Amino acid sequence: MNSVDLLLLSIATPLAVALVIALGLPKRFSIKLAYLGFGVPALISLYLWSQYSVAPQLDGYAFRSTYDTGLRSLGIQLSLGLNGISLPLFAMAGIVGLAAGLYAIQSGAERLKIYLMLLLVMQGGLMGVFASIDVFFFYFFHELALIPTFIMVGIWGGRDRSYAAMKMTIYLTVGAMLSLIGLIALYVNSPAQSFDLIELRRVLAVNPHPLSALAQNHLFALLMFGFGILVSLWPLHTWAPLGYGAAPSSAAMLHAGVLKKFGLYGLIQIALPLLPEGASHWSWALAMLALGNVVVVGIVTMAQRDLKQMVGYSSVMHMGYAFLGLASLSAIGVNGVVLMMVAHGYSAALLFLLSTSVYHRTQTFDMSEMGGLAMKAPVLAALFVAATFASIGLPGFANFWGELAIFVAVWKFSPWVALGAVAGIVISAIYGLRAAARVFFGPATEEFSKTAEKTPVIDLRWSERFPALVLLAALFFVGFWPKSISTALDATVKSVFHVSPAAAPSSVAQK
Amino acid sequence: MNLETYKFAAESNQWWAIMPELMLGGLALALLVLEMILPKKDHRIIPVFSIIGQLAVLAGLIINYRTPFLGDETFSHLLKHTAEGQFMRVFFVVCSMLVTGLGILGLSRQTLPRVEFFHIVLVVTAAMMLLVQSNHFVMFFVSLETITVGFYILVSYIRSNPLSLEAGLKYLISGALSSAILLFGIVLLYGAAGKSQADSMQFGQLRAYLAGTPGDFVASIGVVFVLCGVAFKVGAVPFQIWIPDVYQGAPTPVTAFLAVASKAAGVSVLLLLVRGVFAPYSHIVLPVLVVMTAATILFGNVAALGQQNVKRLIGLSGISHAGYLMLGVIASLTIPAAVNAVYFYLFVYLLASFAVFGVMTHLAGTDDTDQQLDYYGDLAKENPLLAGVLAVGLGSLAGIPPLAGFIGKLFVFIAAYKAGLFWLLAIAIVGVVISIYYYFGWIKAAFFPVWQVPLAEGETDPRPPRKPVSRSLAVTLGALALASVALGFWQAPITEWLAALH
Repeated sequence: MNSVDLLLLSIATPLAVALVIALGLPKRFSIKLAYLGFGVPALISLYLWSQYSVAPQLDGYAFRSTYDTGLRSLGIQLSLGLNGISLPLFAMAGIVGLAAGLYAIQSGAERLKIYLMLLLVMQGGLMGVFASIDVFFFYFFHELALIPTFIMVGIWGGRDRSYAAMKMTIYLTVGAMLSLIGLIALYVNSPAQSFDLIELRRVLAVNPHPLSALAQNHLFALLMFGFGILVSLWPLHTWAPLGYGAAPSSAAMLHAGVLKKFGLYGLIQIALPLLPEGASHWSWALAMLALGNVVVVGIVTMAQRDLKQMVGYSSVMHMGYAFLGLASLSAIGVNGVVLMMVAHGYSAALLFLLSTSVYHRTQTFDMSEMGGLAMKAPVLAALFVAATFASIGLPGFANFWGELAIFVAVWKFSPWVALGAVAGIVISAIYGLRAAARVFFGPATEEFSKTAEKTPVIDLRWSERFPALVLLAALFFVGFWPKSISTALDATVKSVFHVSPAAAPSSVAQK
Repeated sequence: MNLETYKFAAESNQWWAIMPELMLGGLALALLVLEMILPKKDHRIIPVFSIIGQLAVLAGLIINYRTPFLGDETFSHLLKHTAEGQFMRVFFVVCSMLVTGLGILGLSRQTLPRVEFFHIVLVVTAAMMLLVQSNHFVMFFVSLETITVGFYILVSYIRSNPLSLEAGLKYLISGALSSAILLFGIVLLYGAAGKSQADSMQFGQLRAYLAGTPGDFVASIGVVFVLCGVAFKVGAVPFQIWIPDVYQGAPTPVTAFLAVASKAAGVSVLLLLVRGVFAPYSHIVLPVLVVMTAATILFGNVAALGQQNVKRLIGLSGISHAGYLMLGVIASLTIPAAVNAVYFYLFVYLLASFAVFGVMTHLAGTDDTDQQLDYYGDLAKENPLLAGVLAVGLGSLAGIPPLAGFIGKLFVFIAAYKAGLFWLLAIAIVGVVISIYYYFGWIKAAFFPVWQVPLAEGETDPRPPRKPVSRSLAVTLGALALASVALGFWQAPITEWLAALH
């Protein structure tokens, strides 16, 4: 098959399966078909990943294709392709989507058909986000993936689902609207009259920059805060822990793992390279807010008793590192951020999956009512500890490389900020290890013993184990062989940031 | 006046040019005849006959879309056949077909004469089609009044329901007031321009006069008054006062007719006026419209926040849509492409609104005015189709991607940004965010599991019983929802159609 169509196929397959299920397929077939809907994007993403280095490139993108949907008069076309930045994220979206889908199929949720349908819509949107070259469709696919999240939180959510769904909806709509206006403003103000990112880069990423510094500052602010809300930038993050705490696990996996990266991805692909002066104007403010994510949210995370909320808070906290890497305005920082986004996508999804599995065995998310689960479910314990190590950033896991590169970049930016960031590592070690200890080790609490009597605890079933192992394998793979991502990534980052004053000399990136 | 004048007048009467309107009028009369000759048990087929007739009109319109009269002024300059007029004609026929369909569904719960309803819908539709093609204030006023008088009857159609009667009265009084203002404005314009122009009610001559005398005080007052009269139709602040009560009291199909067709007629006429006759006076038109738009967007959204009755809710949210449309109208004064944005918005608004109104009509009980948000509880569980259609419709109205409503808003916002209307755009964004709350609240009511207060002893459930969905309704609603989704991904059909206009 011509590999050009594969990108469209990876977006269309889940959407088509969702449509077929919506048209009233019986449940038995729906589930069979859902395997296809989640499997095809994952396979395509892996295949494209393996083919990227040999694929012919055009304007820095491989696997290019363009379709007209009727908005050409506005300079909007469905334009698909992958570059070194989007490739690892695209693959991550495929793999996490597969894991989330498999986990959802075995979850036996009520009204499973609609649940799977919404997840598939989300999956289609996610693949589209990272495959779009057109800025409009990039935004469009994000929203396509976002809407099912609200509904899933509201219907299948846990505690406070109604409030959480409403809060998430309003926060994320504000964020999306701000970024939409930012993108429209960029489109109208740029001489390109096009939403095509390549075209925008061609006219904007030149010296001297066609936009005045003031205009760049305004545009960057719109994008930074708009995307920032979507990525849970402190202090606009409060929707995230609440929403993730309430969300059904597969939705939380896809949102926290993949969809939330949209904002960072937008900053990397659009805001930073196209508005360099705006970026340097706001970099200190961004760094300070990001420190808020790392330190303030980190301390809040330590105080959590609810396991899922803690995982939610910790994912907010880790976004702080990503923002720090961006604020450092260096190529190595951007490299680190992309690596970390990929790693965090796998590890956050894994933690959400495992904490739901813990819940099914303890019937509670309250960590003070658990303990000693490792005796009864050793595999679950081993996986959870591994996921915690990954999330802290131990060497051997993908997260390590991302954080390392970010620290190097931040140190160059400002040693004081780096100090704050390193404090975050200590904080995340404290809450991560403490959580693992409370849940799995030590003597069983009274409450847990009672629950265990009523419903005997069994270890992780294979249907749960398989998606978890897929995610863990991805973490190890990237952890031991970061070059599989970084070669293409580095080349793209260098070419995208080649003219901006923010770009560091390439010697930094090679260190 | 000599014979030559009459000869000219007769020659300009191009009856073929208004064939669709004539056919609708004839169809309306045929319905009444059918009612007389058919036995009572066969009266069910009359509305079906009406829909078939309208389909024929629609087919004729589409086949003759590029009418040879395009650009001509006929009937002694009373009418001007424009591309926009063609678009709106199709729009109105589609509307009236859907209203007829909803009418079959909604009136089946009432013991009322039926046929008159379908008759009046057709007459009003024909008047709307003439209104958007009018080229003369006499034509303009007569067709506008035909619409308004038709609506007086339709709004108070359920005469056994006091709220419907009250709505009728409110619509009558506020409608009469607005007609008076409009007429006064026309008269002032006539008086101001009559001194120098032969036929100063004709748009072309009036425009020539206005262009020649940019500072005429009397004419300025006239312009503002005419805009006020149109703002009543659109439902713009401060002429929105009638909307919540009338929308609640009117039978749901009529509410849909008011919300979509009447509003669209108003917006279309507004475009016609501000871009045509009143273009020389844009220094007066612009500030009036800007203030109205800002107030309309904010009022509509904020007032809808606390509503529990869905008919009032959709009425108030409709006010905000009028605001977004007016934003497009203002942008069209500087950016001609904004006209297409407005028409695109209107079309996706039609699809989304009728999806929602269809669900509302189906769920309504015998008391049509009593439709609370609570009654939507567990809809998704009991009837996934209706809930899905409702979600798509509301999502599209809220402007959530990937639905068509988002593309409509995007077009309008881009046009507004290009026109430099930053403050209005900021207000519109705030409005969109507010609107998410109540649209989402409605979806929440239908989808999220809720705990119902158990009924006390002897208490009856206020919620109307749920009925199975008929196949024709399911197909219609499904088609509307699918169109809303499809246009979100694939806009070419409408954009190409609009591009072909010019």
